[in-house]
Amino acid sequence: MSTVFIALQANEETRPIIEAIEIDNPQAIVHRQPAMVKIDAQGRLVIRRATIEEQLGRDFDLQEIHINLISLTGHVVEDDETLTLSWND
Amino acid sequence: MDMKVAKKKLGLKDKYKLMTRDLGWEPSYHSKDELYPYMNYEGIKIHDWDKWEDPFRLTMDAYWKYQAEKERKFYAIIDAHAQNNGHLNLTDARYLSALKIFLQAISPGEYAAHRGFARVGREFPGVGPQVACQMQAIDEIRHAQTQIHAMSNYNRYYNGFHAFADQRDRIWYTSVARSFFDDSMSAGPFEFMIAIGFSFEYVLTNLLFVPFMSGAAYNGDMATVTFGFSAQSDEARHMTLGLEVIKFILEQDPDNLPIVQNWIDKWFWRGFRVLGLVSTMMDYMLPKRVMSWREAWDIYGVENGGALFKDLARYGIKPPKGWDDAEKAIDHMSHQFMLGLYQWSFGTSFHSWIPSDADMDWLAGKYPDTFDKHYRPRWKHIKKLAAAGTPFKNYGLARLCQTCQLPSVFTEPDDPTLTCHRETVYKGEKYQFCSDGCQHIFENEPEKYIQAWLPMPQLFQDPIKGDLGEWMKWVSLLDGKDNGDYAGSEDQKNFEAWRGLATTNQ
Amino acid sequence: MTVAAIKEYLAVPRDRVENFHGKQLVYVSWDHHLLFASPFLLCLPPETPFRELVNGPLGMLLQPDPDAAAIDWQHVEWLKSGQPWTPDFDASLAANGIGHKDQLRFRTPGLNSLMAA
Repeated sequence: MSTVFIALQANEETRPIIEAIEIDNPQAIVHRQPAMVKIDAQGRLVIRRATIEEQLGRDFDLQEIHINLISLTGHVVEDDETLTLSWND
Repeated sequence: MDMKVAKKKLGLKDKYKLMTRDLGWEPSYHSKDELYPYMNYEGIKIHDWDKWEDPFRLTMDAYWKYQAEKERKFYAIIDAHAQNNGHLNLTDARYLSALKIFLQAISPGEYAAHRGFARVGREFPGVGPQVACQMQAIDEIRHAQTQIHAMSNYNRYYNGFHAFADQRDRIWYTSVARSFFDDSMSAGPFEFMIAIGFSFEYVLTNLLFVPFMSGAAYNGDMATVTFGFSAQSDEARHMTLGLEVIKFILEQDPDNLPIVQNWIDKWFWRGFRVLGLVSTMMDYMLPKRVMSWREAWDIYGVENGGALFKDLARYGIKPPKGWDDAEKAIDHMSHQFMLGLYQWSFGTSFHSWIPSDADMDWLAGKYPDTFDKHYRPRWKHIKKLAAAGTPFKNYGLARLCQTCQLPSVFTEPDDPTLTCHRETVYKGEKYQFCSDGCQHIFENEPEKYIQAWLPMPQLFQDPIKGDLGEWMKWVSLLDGKDNGDYAGSEDQKNFEAWRGLATTNQ
Repeated sequence: MTVAAIKEYLAVPRDRVENFHGKQLVYVSWDHHLLFASPFLLCLPPETPFRELVNGPLGMLLQPDPDAAAIDWQHVEWLKSGQPWTPDFDASLAANGIGHKDQLRFRTPGLNSLMAA
């Protein structure tokens, strides 16, 4: 199974998002690099709005993630509740 | 009393439908072929444009909102950089060479991409791609502007930044990036999308932006980190668009597969060559290095590219034809480029240098199979020449590749001791190439590449006729300031003097 | 193959010999001597004697290599367009059949100080 990843800027806005990703994707590996955080996962990574809102303590629109997004791989599927990255193999 | 009723918020899917497809219309007094005249000549068959969907479902209203937020963040840091002597907080002023190359070669590429996407956004009949291309066109011009603006802070203090626009058109190494974008923009709209949207954005830009911007952070360059990550946040959307494009085209008609495969082969190799200089920026030009070019390639080339082509295999897509040759070049290319840049540094609007012993040890550790065997002996000899007061300058101009326009610094894929020579004859004229990949690209479309404006042969034609001094004026290169070895340069002296002033009360 | 285009697509080569004011381009490369990052581009009149190319611009450019002084030009092996070839040192480039943008290579077996053992 191939690896998907998402990379976010390392800042106060992304800290709760990264925590939420870790909660929802226990298999994910978090790499902390200068000024950025890269999260790898085998085959699939799911980002859930509800989990981010719990960590953040306010409403969150998943599209806000664009502000601090650096890069990602895999097929993207996004609706109001989740953003999923995956490979078909 | 009026009761305020909270309006029900539209879901993402409904909003996307309303703000893209529902904005389109069927033409009544012109035919579709008249409105979109460039849809058929490349041979790509599209049956249903409504099958195109942006996976992020980003609509224009949200786009403006988030882009404005990115700009606010960007300018907050640019202001802080200018107010806090940001130009002195670098690890070392050698680092600026990487930025000068970026400004002269890559920022104009962002502007070219802006023009390309503005054009294809007009030429595609589907509303989905029209909106996505329009956003990307605005993104790309934002990247060009923010990069130029961020680096203008360095132009106030250091050499080599002042004439990037002239140099984009005239100096030799920038023609590599310029010809890459001109090639894509003079192709049809579908080829442009595979060239820039897929091959460049999806397969290759991570190699440019991610490790390089992290490197900027390591080297105290907040201005570049900021424009880099601000641009990269758009790239994630561009990459997703690039992947969507290729799936869409392949799913529309089985006849599209061989055409698309041919473009992937071509544009992977073109992109690999154009990004080659990034290897040198990472391995040699960052005083404090995040990772080697080899390590970046393993993550963003081998692992991600491998996953991508494994996934696309279900459509019949194979990895690009030049993939194996690229892998064989990874442990050599940064050294081959730096040796070239050093010996031709009289003609570059940035500085190069002989790596220190500590740097050479680092390179030997990162390239255990190649550096000590092939490259250290050459650097040691060059160091000896400099110590003897006869620094190595190669006034023999370089043979440029007719396709990628790079000097032919590359060796045979299986023999790193021998320069790669390839040539072909077309309509009685001889043409030279740096590699099999570049020769194949030429032979597929010779009428296009015989028009290449190659800066080295050009130097001997009008208006310069072989006069190096005239050439320097013509490319706005200030001899003794912008060019040459970093050791002894004005940039070096100024950086050391100003840093001394900034940290003492003298 | 041809360029995909909406009408006939024909172009003029940019670097035709007529643009070089009576001169031509010649590329020269010393095999296994990679101190020089790329083959040299020389721009010379076609009437130039081959000996003058070797003793003049080429000889000067080769100086920084530690093997330069030891080259025995009588025993150098030459290639033109990748094929073994013997130049006439007294004849001109034109008389030697060296055309515009031709690539010449030469080899000096046993002479390679900077190459890995």
